[in-house]
Amino acid sequence: MNENIRLMFTPEFFGAILLPALIGGIAVTICSSLLGVTLVLKRYSMIGDGLSHIGYGALSVAAVMNLAPLKVALPVVIVAAFILLRLSESSKLSGDSAIALFSTTALAAGILVSSKAGLTNDVSHYMFGSILAMSKSDVILSAVLSVIVIFTFIFLYNRIFSVTFDENFARATGVNAGMYNMVFAILTAVTVVLGMMMMGALLISSLIVIPTITAMQICNSFKGVVLTSGAVSVASFLIGMMISLLFNTAPGASIVIINVVFFLIFSSLGRIMRRSGKA
Amino acid sequence: METILECKNMIASYDGVKVLNSLSFSIKEGEFLAILGENGSGKSTLIKCLLGIKQLDSGTITMSDGLKPTDIGYLPQHTNLQKGFPATVSEVVISGCLGRRGFRPFYSPAEKKIARDAMERLGIADLAKRSCRELSGGQQQRMFLARAMCAAKKLLLLDEPVTGLDPNAQEEMYSLITELNQKDGMTVIMVSHDVVKSVDCADRILCLCSSDHSFFGTPEEYVGSHLGSKFLGGAK
Repeated sequence: MNENIRLMFTPEFFGAILLPALIGGIAVTICSSLLGVTLVLKRYSMIGDGLSHIGYGALSVAAVMNLAPLKVALPVVIVAAFILLRLSESSKLSGDSAIALFSTTALAAGILVSSKAGLTNDVSHYMFGSILAMSKSDVILSAVLSVIVIFTFIFLYNRIFSVTFDENFARATGVNAGMYNMVFAILTAVTVVLGMMMMGALLISSLIVIPTITAMQICNSFKGVVLTSGAVSVASFLIGMMISLLFNTAPGASIVIINVVFFLIFSSLGRIMRRSGKA
Repeated sequence: METILECKNMIASYDGVKVLNSLSFSIKEGEFLAILGENGSGKSTLIKCLLGIKQLDSGTITMSDGLKPTDIGYLPQHTNLQKGFPATVSEVVISGCLGRRGFRPFYSPAEKKIARDAMERLGIADLAKRSCRELSGGQQQRMFLARAMCAAKKLLLLDEPVTGLDPNAQEEMYSLITELNQKDGMTVIMVSHDVVKSVDCADRILCLCSSDHSFFGTPEEYVGSHLGSKFLGGAK
């Protein structure tokens, strides 16, 4: 373990691998927790999960065809996000079955293509993520994205609240709810693809869902939930990364487990607060 | 008194089916209009048209000068508060000011004052910092009415404001609404299933029917009409 700590701070490792991973990771965790608040409260939590499977399929196909993975996956996932949101709004197919249909199709296609081409190793990166292998361009993209998401969120905060809380009323006050749903679909799609490279297709939806439900255990206000979920998300990421480096555990999985630990702590705290509030 | 809203020969359809067939009515400033009608008679479509969310197939809606659809204070039908949604009462109430703000990102002190005044007017100022998930049905409905007041310049549009409330809370809600109408001079359009109460409170009745003819007139005329006696069933 001491050996691990010493290694972590060698210039080669810290500058070339750890720092980019930390920047990219913090950026993605902030984005996913902010977007997560609206996705969870609008009952769209499973969209993140569905999109990650679609992203997995797209990335596998890109890998097999020797195309730049992000350039293929981003547009595909953005289009998928539009379609899923549309399907959730219309009533022909209920949202969750639409997501299941799309995501399993894409997942199956991805596995089929990559197993046929014998690329299982490369592609398994996307299944389980590889935060320490994020390229410089991935890190820059994540940082730029997170700045965009944070600014969009601050600038549109009150509208986002209104659309999330009561879409009918928001429309009546002249808020173009359809447009906000679309902006959300795009931001979510980009966040999911980036998060997937880091956490893996299997775990990214936890970054979207868990921080929000953790914050909801103790916060009464929307603002409180937004701020707390961001803080919890970044803290879980940093602690999870530390554990994974110290004990050689899988980074994505460690981060998820820390998120769950936070959830359990906050949920007991919430219970205590409510009980003492009543007494 | 000045006519605040005038609808002429409105025709609108929902999912390809014509639900409003050449409907005409008007409301003057300070009046209380009750809209009655069975399920599926087009009440919700009418509301969407008034709010400017839905386009008419033909006909016109004219508002008195300066009034825009977004200046209508709207209380949606059974806003089923999502279980556990984290929001304080003041966060919800002030979101009614959204329509007046254009693209400025934050609420101004003047808007915060509008929200505070609305909460005080409805007697929920002491609940401002409480989470809306802890409120009773009646308190929630007052919160939504306060939000509607933040948006309303002159006109409140209430879609079944007492549905789901217990009798006491219903009575309170009705007296608040008539007070806003009579003391504060707010023009009120209320969609309701409560025929007796509507005849009691309103200055004008608009009754939509699934068949082609609809009724528009005073409560006295309504009670005497064929439609009125059908709905009231001899209650009056």
